[in-house]
Amino acid sequence: MARAELMGFEEALERFEPVIGLEVHIELNTRTKMFSAAANPANTENHDAEPNTLVAPVDMGLPGSMPAVNAEAIRKSITLGLALGCSIAPSSRFARKNYFYPDLGKNYQISQYDEPIAFEGSVEVDLGDGETVVVPIERAHMEEDAGKLTHMGGSAGRIQGASSSLVDYNRAGVPLVEIVTHPIFGTEHRAPELAKAYLATIRDIAIATGISEARMERGNVRCDANVSLRPRGAEKLGTRTETKNVNSMRSVERAVRYEIQRQAAILASGGTITQETRHWHEDTGETSPGRPKSDADDYRYFPEPDLLPVAPSEELIEELRAALPEAPAVRRRRLKAEWDFTDLELQDVVNGGLLNEVEATVAAGAAPQTARKWWTGEITRVANAQETEPAALVTPDQVASLQKLIDDGTLTDKLARQVLEGVIAGEGTPQQVVDARGLAVVSDDGALIAAIDDALAAQPDVLEKIRGGKVQAAGAIIGAVMKAMKGQADAARVRELILERAGS
Amino acid sequence: MTDIIRMTAAELAAKLTEGEISSVEATQAHLDRIAAVDGDVNAYLHVNDAAVETARGIDERRASGEELPPLAGVPLAIKDVLVTTDMPSTSGSKILEGFMSPYDATVVARARAAGLVPLGKTNMDEFAMGSSTEHSAYGPTRNPWDLDRIPGGSGGGSAAAVAAFEAPLALGSDTGGSIRQPAHVTGTVGIKPTYGAVSRYGSIALASSLDQVGPVTRTVFDAGLLQDIIAGHDVHDATSIDREWPSMARAAIEGAAGEGLKGLKIGVVKELPDSGFQPGVADSFHQSLAKLEAQGAEIVEISAPHFEYAVAAYYLILPAEASSNLAKFDSVRFGMRVEVPGGTVEDVMSATRDAGFGPEVKRRIILGTYALSAGYYDAYYGSAQKVRTLIQRDFASAFADVDVIATPTAPTTAFKLGEKIDDPLAMYLNDLTTIPANLAGVPGISVPSGLSADDGLPVGVQFLAPAHEDARLYRVGAALEHLLVDDWGGPLLDRAPALNGGAR
Amino acid sequence: MSEITPELVRHLGVLARIQLEDEEVTRLTGELDAIVENIAKVSQVASDDVPATSHPIPMQNVFRPDEVGDMLTTDQALQNAPDSDGDRFRVTAILGEEQ
Ligand SMILES: [Mg+2]
Ligand SMILES: [Zn+2]
Repeated sequence: MARAELMGFEEALERFEPVIGLEVHIELNTRTKMFSAAANPANTENHDAEPNTLVAPVDMGLPGSMPAVNAEAIRKSITLGLALGCSIAPSSRFARKNYFYPDLGKNYQISQYDEPIAFEGSVEVDLGDGETVVVPIERAHMEEDAGKLTHMGGSAGRIQGASSSLVDYNRAGVPLVEIVTHPIFGTEHRAPELAKAYLATIRDIAIATGISEARMERGNVRCDANVSLRPRGAEKLGTRTETKNVNSMRSVERAVRYEIQRQAAILASGGTITQETRHWHEDTGETSPGRPKSDADDYRYFPEPDLLPVAPSEELIEELRAALPEAPAVRRRRLKAEWDFTDLELQDVVNGGLLNEVEATVAAGAAPQTARKWWTGEITRVANAQETEPAALVTPDQVASLQKLIDDGTLTDKLARQVLEGVIAGEGTPQQVVDARGLAVVSDDGALIAAIDDALAAQPDVLEKIRGGKVQAAGAIIGAVMKAMKGQADAARVRELILERAGS
Repeated sequence: MTDIIRMTAAELAAKLTEGEISSVEATQAHLDRIAAVDGDVNAYLHVNDAAVETARGIDERRASGEELPPLAGVPLAIKDVLVTTDMPSTSGSKILEGFMSPYDATVVARARAAGLVPLGKTNMDEFAMGSSTEHSAYGPTRNPWDLDRIPGGSGGGSAAAVAAFEAPLALGSDTGGSIRQPAHVTGTVGIKPTYGAVSRYGSIALASSLDQVGPVTRTVFDAGLLQDIIAGHDVHDATSIDREWPSMARAAIEGAAGEGLKGLKIGVVKELPDSGFQPGVADSFHQSLAKLEAQGAEIVEISAPHFEYAVAAYYLILPAEASSNLAKFDSVRFGMRVEVPGGTVEDVMSATRDAGFGPEVKRRIILGTYALSAGYYDAYYGSAQKVRTLIQRDFASAFADVDVIATPTAPTTAFKLGEKIDDPLAMYLNDLTTIPANLAGVPGISVPSGLSADDGLPVGVQFLAPAHEDARLYRVGAALEHLLVDDWGGPLLDRAPALNGGAR
Repeated sequence: MSEITPELVRHLGVLARIQLEDEEVTRLTGELDAIVENIAKVSQVASDDVPATSHPIPMQNVFRPDEVGDMLTTDQALQNAPDSDGDRFRVTAILGEEQ
């Protein structure tokens, strides 16, 4: 395939206005599937099952089989709809979307068409530097996932050139909620960033509400990105492309950026954009053309006759609404104010995925700033070195008690880092590590004075300088004392004592 | 002692309970009958190898003193539309030749749990599309009254098996008359219960919003016994009704005792004039009404102005739903596969479906695809669903005035094999009287009313009741049956010609 | 002239994945034409004020508890497979992409 020509991003933005739309599919983590009692591979318990071991008759469209709706999937879908600020339909229903494909056991997908369970909401998306964008949600509807195809005989599992394909129906029937935005205007050069931040926000909402495992690498959250450009000042929307299955935050940002640059180059040279689906290639960072929209897209939707309308009661909706966690953006705003953080400080915590840890550490008694420093500083450094997650190393309680030992003078910052190392090594609580390693600060003035007197005696010239008013010369004595005390002394107290001794 | 095969299920059950006959004897007698006459009738597509063994199991349980359900040990024929784990399930289609279901249809599971002994699978029009059983991929079934005539359809196999004493009881399915119309032409009893009274799970779907499984028997009481076994909510079928049903067998007993005819209001549809029926059929119908009137029933003319649109609505809704339901037969997971050298999976699917489906099935799939496709939905499928509402309203206003509605079950007696096979429209008109019940979801029964004076062939009368009022049909049906059998001096089937097993 | 043309029938065959030979297309065109002429009358009475009925017995909110059951073994799942690799169903090359 010939490389597409790209226009520089800045130039593209000067000439065209990007309009994006995002469709995110989230796999719910219910125990069983949307329409069958087969175990759900999107639930962590089952995610590594062998092929075709999580199938009930309806998942593979066996003759006579019928779908039956999972009550828990309904609750989770409503919860998600509410978390997206949507209205919940007093009555919604399922429809069949008819098309033939080998990963679709029945050759129709049960989805929702003209009557989705949730509609018209909005999500506040934080771009990280304090700027927020309110993304309008058109709808969130329930549907089922398809099975998985593995293409054999071609290169790299691609469909092109494959001689046969293998089908696993484990994923067929996994409960999905598809969230569709309205077109998003006015994000300009930040459109790619917004796409990424939106996806992150949806993932955060899914995690906070507990409706999905939301593991991007497992495909629990998948994104289709619609991009179109219109010339500056134009009213009419340009022709859009839909880049399918962009499944990481970074990729969404890159894919949107790439499409803006590609479409701009075509439009600028007098070409037209084909309405089509496109594929994202992680390795090259490009999109390639897929299926053009055609007659074959006649899905012949009709109400699913095997299923009945879903009409959640007002009580159920209110019960689920009352159980909603705080929206991620609202929570961040609240914590930033409570903790008196700067934008940068909060961003540091959020980008490190450490908001929960810092919050718990503060709840355990640590000051917000110290909690932040521990988690984004030393703990993250060790985690990076060990190639693991900060939260896997220590608990917020341990961090808070470590900080307490500093605050009450038991440890210096330097000693505390050694204690942390012991805690990470599994030597026990901070106090246990202090005791076992004998790391506490020596607070017995007698021992310190003895050490100071020894040091002053060994360096009489320094004593003279101090007495002569050169107070900073005390540093040499402090160093010697700290060395003698193996670091377990409070340098400030040592300094005080030195000045006292020199003055007497 | 009466010949085992000529006993009703109730009589046989009594003898089994008393120990006068064993289930092995009963089962073997029917297997012998099948061996003797089914070469002519072709009611069975498959005879159960394990029938005698199953019967022996029932006998042993009875011998050990176990208390068994009322029909335990009675043989049962099963329409091939119902999936079974121990016998192939083809729905009369070549595309499913040899298909073995890994699960039992709910009605089959319930029948097994009640101790009924599956004798085999009965012939039917392919995927239940037809009114003559001539559309079976495995050759037509012949009417035991005249082997050159059709046994009705689509459940001609179940009706013929029961009429030819090849089974005392059978299961059928009725989408537009497939239980009632075969009952009419074979002199047997057939009931389409209220939509949702019986689970459809495991019934290979034709039109999901119309299909209903029900009993095929020689007496109304037997039908009641069977419906009591198979009815009730099933978590696998969301459209199955969750309620306590009164005993249909008890209702039949009450009806036969003459209860309920006095003051019973029977509606006769103005829009179904005698001119629409073969004279012998109309005569038989009026004789039955006169019998009921003589016992105190009141005949009331009612108007159902939208019945004339029923056939049209039916032939839109059915093909539309069927086109989607039959998409699963694609050669990927089960069923026939036609290899296409060098072809893609699309080619293989299309070639398989071309070779595997018969002409009537293709005709309806194409029609249904058309009715659902973009631009035609509102005019066709959408309008048909509205006609459904109008027909429901016709029923509602009629049932405000009458307790049941009566019609001849079908316009003519059994026609000759091949007579209408090339004229789909003429074939479709056979269902004129039975279709409204499916569209509205109300229950219907066909009871033998005698032999047509013009050709000596059986005729049935149909009664319809409001939804959920199945018991009312059993009462009225049993009452009429009792009066007529008294008159005739024995069951109508006593007058059927003897079958000589090939010596015709 | 009716709206049912051989081109339409051929297109419907593609949508329904039935490979129709020319002779079948010709026959079906005629048959469907006659059938459609007869069933088109539904629109005569289907006015805007009549609601559509998709379920004959109105019910709603019929759900299943989120409890595992009904699972097939891989052998059962593959029992009728025209072709498989022992774990998964095998089909010949796929031309089009997923939807
Ligand atoms: Mg989409
Ligand atoms: Zn979707």
